[in-house]
Amino acid sequence: MGSAAQDTAVHTGRVARTFIYLVLLLFALFYLLPFLVMLINSVKPLSEITSGNMLALPAVWTIEPWLSAWSTAQIGVEPTGLKPYFVNSLLMVVPAVAISTILGALNGYVLTKWRFRGDGILFGLMLFSCFIPFQIVLIPMARTLGILGMAGSTPGLVLVHVVYGLGFTTLFFRNYYAAFPTELVRAAMIDGAGFFKIFWRIMLPVSGPIMVVSIIWQFTNIWNDFLFGASFADLDSMPMTVALNNLVNSSTGVKEYNVHFAGAIIAALPTLVVYVVAGRYFVRGLMAGSVKG
Amino acid sequence: MGFLDIRDVTKFYGQTEVLHRINISIEEDEFLVLVGPSGCGKSTLLNMIAGLESITSGEVSIRGRVINGVHPSQRNIAMVFQSYALYPNMTVGKNITFGLEMHGVSRHEREEALLDVAKLLQIDHLLDRKPGQLSGGQRQRVAMGRALVRKPDVFLFDEPLSNLDAKLRVDMRTEIKKLHEKLKTTIVYVTHDQIEAMTLSTRIAVLEQGHIQQLGTPQEIYNTPANVFVGRFMGSPAMNVIPARVAVQEGVPFACVTDSGDGEQLLRFSQANLAGWDGREILLGIRPEAITDPEGADRGSTNVVSLRNRIGVTEPAGSDTFVTMTLGGIDVTARMRADVNVCRGDTVDLAFNMDKAVAFDPETEKRIES
Repeated sequence: MGSAAQDTAVHTGRVARTFIYLVLLLFALFYLLPFLVMLINSVKPLSEITSGNMLALPAVWTIEPWLSAWSTAQIGVEPTGLKPYFVNSLLMVVPAVAISTILGALNGYVLTKWRFRGDGILFGLMLFSCFIPFQIVLIPMARTLGILGMAGSTPGLVLVHVVYGLGFTTLFFRNYYAAFPTELVRAAMIDGAGFFKIFWRIMLPVSGPIMVVSIIWQFTNIWNDFLFGASFADLDSMPMTVALNNLVNSSTGVKEYNVHFAGAIIAALPTLVVYVVAGRYFVRGLMAGSVKG
Repeated sequence: MGFLDIRDVTKFYGQTEVLHRINISIEEDEFLVLVGPSGCGKSTLLNMIAGLESITSGEVSIRGRVINGVHPSQRNIAMVFQSYALYPNMTVGKNITFGLEMHGVSRHEREEALLDVAKLLQIDHLLDRKPGQLSGGQRQRVAMGRALVRKPDVFLFDEPLSNLDAKLRVDMRTEIKKLHEKLKTTIVYVTHDQIEAMTLSTRIAVLEQGHIQQLGTPQEIYNTPANVFVGRFMGSPAMNVIPARVAVQEGVPFACVTDSGDGEQLLRFSQANLAGWDGREILLGIRPEAITDPEGADRGSTNVVSLRNRIGVTEPAGSDTFVTMTLGGIDVTARMRADVNVCRGDTVDLAFNMDKAVAFDPETEKRIES
């Protein structure tokens, strides 16, 4: 991880090293096996699966299951494919991640650089929200959404995820900013920068690593969430995860396993992309935040 | 009324009083150093002038304008921090002009001011670099540039040299002094290093436990310390404070001290008005450089007293040799010439320059006025 990373490994001989890599490779392959099965079966005609040979490579390659999962498969009662729900999920996840990250950054900034009486208790309470199980908030949340008139809508889901994610994002940014020298904020104050100017010009430009952590964390959690989606979404705001469940559990007709596999991969793809693109910053940011706090 | 006035200023953290009724009046172009051990309140006082800490009671004014409660950016001050506090995401040029930008100065004027300051501090070749690419000394210059460019009424320095290595610290010290003499600016400078205080200041305020122990020119502080604390704190090695008894013979006061052989030795005072102290205990304050080998004694002195004593440790320091001995029951340091030939256990003649000696009241630890 970069040239700055310290060499803390114990040095071993060549034979031992080869052995270690072999074992690691084996584990990695084993770990990838389910994904491989999904991938193989998503490009086979259904007949090849039902004939019982799940692990064999396809005799006839086809992208038909993918097209079907994307745009024509039966979801619940409508033959729409996953496409509209994929869009729903995007419409939910992008604002929810953006808002919770920005608010978390602001919270962290205030909790470390504009300390006030009781800020420690406040932070403790926000931290506590990280440990509240989903199920406990379901009914109060449904009530709140009803009162706000946001029940069954995408903005309602965004609100739920922002509220639930705020504890985590605040924790990330608070710990990151705790290690940020306060003298810089004081220097900026003397230079004449106000609350938001300091945040925008001094704090945010150096928040890259923790920003990545927050975005990955929030994106995967919100994208993969099933319970809130199933509880609070209507048909026209239903996220991907719930739609996938409906696709797989459609009780009419034959089970199109190849379409299910393709759908499952489509549902997992965005989080996969986020990890591949930003993953190497993830550990770095988590480490940076955890040094002090 | 001075240029920068600190009147009856106190600071409380909850119930704890960390500054007790501080009064300092600073003239324009003055270089005031606040010096004291850590925790004495010197940085708190500086932050109160800057507006980064609130003032519990009392008043701070600049040019006659009371600045209690005025936002730091509106006080027309600039501050150089111990860690330099350079914005890591901005180039050197941006760092220097950020304050001007925040104050709405036009781009053109900013560029001009930047070039002036960069030339003055010889950092014109660094303007496009980021702080992370600079050495300690260069960062220090940039931090000063950021302060200078605003042309403030008062410069505040918070231990600006303590992050530099010893050699660079001495160089930058000289440079700050030159800069002050060239620009004629008003400076308040916080340090715990008494040599910085002595070399830079036009006046020094020695603080301890939230009280000003003494406020005066470096010479006053050094030669006539107000109390034992100031005497010991300023100067390195520290001033010797020797328990002694006053004996007045024919109107002339002497200090009686026990030497290493438990004998009594008399040291005649030059000027101390100690008539009323006959037979009483005092603390004799005498700096190491006022105790020398006889050849090294100050020829300008009117009163060099000779005393024989046995020597403990000798520490050759290159330019001088520091010699430790027992006198009055405590370890006393003398500063002899570098090539002096003395060894541990020798009994030698010492020359005490009593012109430089001061007497302290052992009860109050205050200096007895001469």
